[in-house]
Amino acid sequence: MTGTVTPKARLTPHDRPHSYVGRSLSRAGAKRAVAGKGRYTDDITLPRMLHAAFVRSPWAHARIKGIDIAAARKAPGVRVVMTGAEVAKLCTGPWVGTLTCFPTMKSAPQFPLAVERACWHGEPVVMVIADTRALAEDAAELVEIIYEELPVTVDKTTALGPGAVVLHPELGDNLAFEKTIDIGNVDQAFESADLIVEETYDFARHTAVSLEPRVLLADWDAASERLQIWTSSQTPHMIQHVIANTLGIPDHNVRVVAPDVGGSFGLKIHTYGDEIATALAAKVLGRPVKFVADRLESFGSDIHARENLIKARMAFTKAGDITAVDFDVVAGAGAYSQYPRTSVFEANQILNITAGPYKHKHYRAKATVVYLNKVPSSQYRAVGHPIGITVGESLLDLAATKLGIDPLEIRRRNAFPDAAFPTKTASGVKLADMSFTRCFDVLEKSIGYRALRADQAALRKQGVYRGIGLAAFIKGTAPGPNGYYGVGGAPISAQDACTIKLEPNGGIICAVGVTDQGQGVNDVMQQIAASALGVEMAAIRIISGDTDATPYGGGTYASRATAIGGEAVHQAARALRAEVLELAGVLLQAKPETLDLISGKIVDAATGMERLPLREIGRIAHFQVGQFPNTVHPQLSHTRRFRLLDDLYIFTNGIQAAHVEVDMETGFIKHLKHWVVEDCGRVINPQLADEQVRGGCVQGLGGALYEHCVYDENGQLINGTMADYLTPMSTEMPDIVVEHVVTPTSASELGAKGVGESGTGAAPAALMNAVNDALLPFEARVTAQPITPESILIALGRV
Amino acid sequence: MKAPKFSYVRAESVEHACKLLAEHGDEARILAGGQSLIPTLNMRLSRPALLIDINRLEHLAGAIFNGKEVRVGTLTRHADVMLSHMVAKYLPLVAEAIPHVAHVAVRNRGTFGGSVALADPAAEMPACLLALGGRLVLQSVRGTREVAAEDYFHGLYQTARAPDEMLIEALIPPQTSDERSSFKELSRRHGDFAVAGVAARARVKSGTISNVRLVYFGSEVKPTLAKTAMAAAEGKIWNDATAEAVSTALASDLDPMDNLLGKPATKLHWQRVLTQRALDDITSKAKAA
Repeated sequence: MTGTVTPKARLTPHDRPHSYVGRSLSRAGAKRAVAGKGRYTDDITLPRMLHAAFVRSPWAHARIKGIDIAAARKAPGVRVVMTGAEVAKLCTGPWVGTLTCFPTMKSAPQFPLAVERACWHGEPVVMVIADTRALAEDAAELVEIIYEELPVTVDKTTALGPGAVVLHPELGDNLAFEKTIDIGNVDQAFESADLIVEETYDFARHTAVSLEPRVLLADWDAASERLQIWTSSQTPHMIQHVIANTLGIPDHNVRVVAPDVGGSFGLKIHTYGDEIATALAAKVLGRPVKFVADRLESFGSDIHARENLIKARMAFTKAGDITAVDFDVVAGAGAYSQYPRTSVFEANQILNITAGPYKHKHYRAKATVVYLNKVPSSQYRAVGHPIGITVGESLLDLAATKLGIDPLEIRRRNAFPDAAFPTKTASGVKLADMSFTRCFDVLEKSIGYRALRADQAALRKQGVYRGIGLAAFIKGTAPGPNGYYGVGGAPISAQDACTIKLEPNGGIICAVGVTDQGQGVNDVMQQIAASALGVEMAAIRIISGDTDATPYGGGTYASRATAIGGEAVHQAARALRAEVLELAGVLLQAKPETLDLISGKIVDAATGMERLPLREIGRIAHFQVGQFPNTVHPQLSHTRRFRLLDDLYIFTNGIQAAHVEVDMETGFIKHLKHWVVEDCGRVINPQLADEQVRGGCVQGLGGALYEHCVYDENGQLINGTMADYLTPMSTEMPDIVVEHVVTPTSASELGAKGVGESGTGAAPAALMNAVNDALLPFEARVTAQPITPESILIALGRV
Repeated sequence: MKAPKFSYVRAESVEHACKLLAEHGDEARILAGGQSLIPTLNMRLSRPALLIDINRLEHLAGAIFNGKEVRVGTLTRHADVMLSHMVAKYLPLVAEAIPHVAHVAVRNRGTFGGSVALADPAAEMPACLLALGGRLVLQSVRGTREVAAEDYFHGLYQTARAPDEMLIEALIPPQTSDERSSFKELSRRHGDFAVAGVAARARVKSGTISNVRLVYFGSEVKPTLAKTAMAAAEGKIWNDATAEAVSTALASDLDPMDNLLGKPATKLHWQRVLTQRALDDITSKAKAA
């Protein structure tokens, strides 16, 4: 930014010449990635580095009767072969994936590798460390394991029934967690209802499929007893504690660096045994060890999610008012509750958010989470939301059809009006600063709703079947400190932090606890810092993803980076700015409040006249600090931490629409167009926000149409390759139009809410409603995801 | 996902490759485009002792019309088939099918011969060869022989090729000016292997169809000539009654696989829908001509 500085004393941080908030700046990070200059963990090669490969259980449930590693040990290039029992002996103890905030939940202790029993197909059993990955894989084939195959539990609906095989006998049964919310008088509301709609929804298990898989490189320095880790992680501080604690090293002697990360989506906020065992191997051998999960391993060991069966009903008046909601969730967790975030969060979140946009008062929801002989499930982008939103929005459409009310009108009728906030949902979560009314208006106009309906009716007469599906939503973002995780006993910080420093040349170093996985978090932090401080973008360098270099933070998950980390940056930058103006006041013999910092220059606030460049403050305060009186002590470094106060989340809201065409002869769906109108509060970088929403939609649509981890009756994962597991591809994805209604959150000064998961949360619901709208003339409905062409033909009674 | 150890030889000539095949038989694999072979190696689903790389045998690449038939060299890349005006002119069925073969990157490396030799049940080129009555030239140290496409595809990844034989080229009679063809397939995503598909051709004269040839792939273990359905269509006017008869007959021609891509009944349904669409397409192309 150059040019005349406008003399406006009352400029806010958002309308100054250097105000980058609200602008679609091109990303520095994108340039590096496109130029092939990204540096991911696997790009790092250390001298004397070794490679890990794992022997994984071919059975879903088996007793390990014997392991013969003699041949593997003698294989070329092999440095060590360790069984699960040997690894366990070197750990301080097992993990138990429970949290005290879920008081009734239980889980079995878990070591990095299976010890006596393997409980899922793909569980690591033996680790081989060799000079190359190929040699490690060759040796892994020579490990002989004698298994006694055990019966399995793979069906969540019978997991608690008589005769079900109990995965962990010490737990008594397969029940992980049970919770019921019962508000108002649900039974009475159903008895007096004019209309009751009821359906059962089945959501298939799927997984994140990040482009860069899980990777960890560990290097133990025996002399200083410090462990250096590079890993593809969203949460360096969390994993620092987990590794330190498991290996018996003080946390501060473990440095975790997350270099460039190629996608994560919640997959990379968990503890994985193969990664921890790799760190342990580096310590045992005194040599760097790298583990890269290959695609086959990823399908069988990355967390899975979304496996839920929900029986739900909703009561209505004739006029279309929702009077009660009642549903029962059975969630299929995997073999263990994933440490330390647990595998029960998804079901809990479904209870929080289902039918959340609407002002009904009688609400009963029950969650039952059971253990199965499958990959452990846990948090994946928009945890629980795709399921809860689909259930609520689908039942609402069903009722609208039966009552003869337009789907958009029934949403308008039931949604909290914009003047209603703050308020609480029937489930008990607080909603504030929301905008359903405005979002619905924007959407109606954006999609040309009436014209699209007319077009649909005309095409039906020609045998072309199109559907329009709507899905309003609330989305929990930026979790507060009193809900889950940290307060439940996990080493996870709900606050985040920024340390910002003025360097002698006027450059700014800004170290943040939140992390970047390719979505542009660092760029967003830079825009916030530049705006709040009053400098140009180029003056700022962001440091993230390094526990040695950044203040302690929670990292990036649950749409928290901008809302929480961004506010910490904003506050820290404001603090540095205040100090800079004070120091400038001393040097210029002016009152700080008469000065301003604009585009890296100290100016007279009233006239805009330049007084001193910022680099002079840096130079004098570092090199000629004697120019200041003895009472002035330049600090030039400020750390601010930010957290929500009492709120569970900053909830966002919005509505999505899908327009599809269904080929009734083949059951194939063509997704014509998709729209999202959402309110993430203040938008820092519109382009990045839009792409978060679009990418999120695609991931949601993947689950709605394609993605499915298919298990057979023996617990074998039978489609764990990219040829058999279908991810959404650009050729099938529609144009996605994104618009924002802006209601800044009152929880922070910056006003930004989370945006990373809203697309994922509601896209499956919009898509399923659109398909069912297309099927309406045939009186057919689909209620299971993914919606396959075959499932449509079955619904139509054609096969 | 690292391939197990294997030996590698770059073939200097077809004779060299055949000599190696004679020595190693089933232990050896020909490496052409590698679009199927390399993933199976990396997943350790296949562990040949020897890879015989034929990529330098450039005379095996390319498609020509010799005045009598189209010769497609085994090393011809799918992309080159797709861009060939000669193929578009003499083999419109192949031209219609080839955009369905995977994605650009795969078509740039993958070869016609590789696809035919592998005999994936969902592959497009084997179905086209069968529909067009092509012949395959196989060479070994024992000599050279021709096998008709009808006798070549034996089952799931099973062909008439002996372990010591190498596929050299395909010989395909050109489509005649009085016939029309149509290629239809359904795949979950563009470029995926088909869940159902048909390669169809027929002569059309005043609404009557003859010389009907219907080949089904994707649903079956191998590209399958639907002889009963073809008979039901032969010499008939293409109308609802004929369509019904063909649809009914199809049940005795096809035996769809039960797998993740669908139940047999669903696949039979899809093949029936595609048959209708393919023959509608053929008759409308005839009208337009």
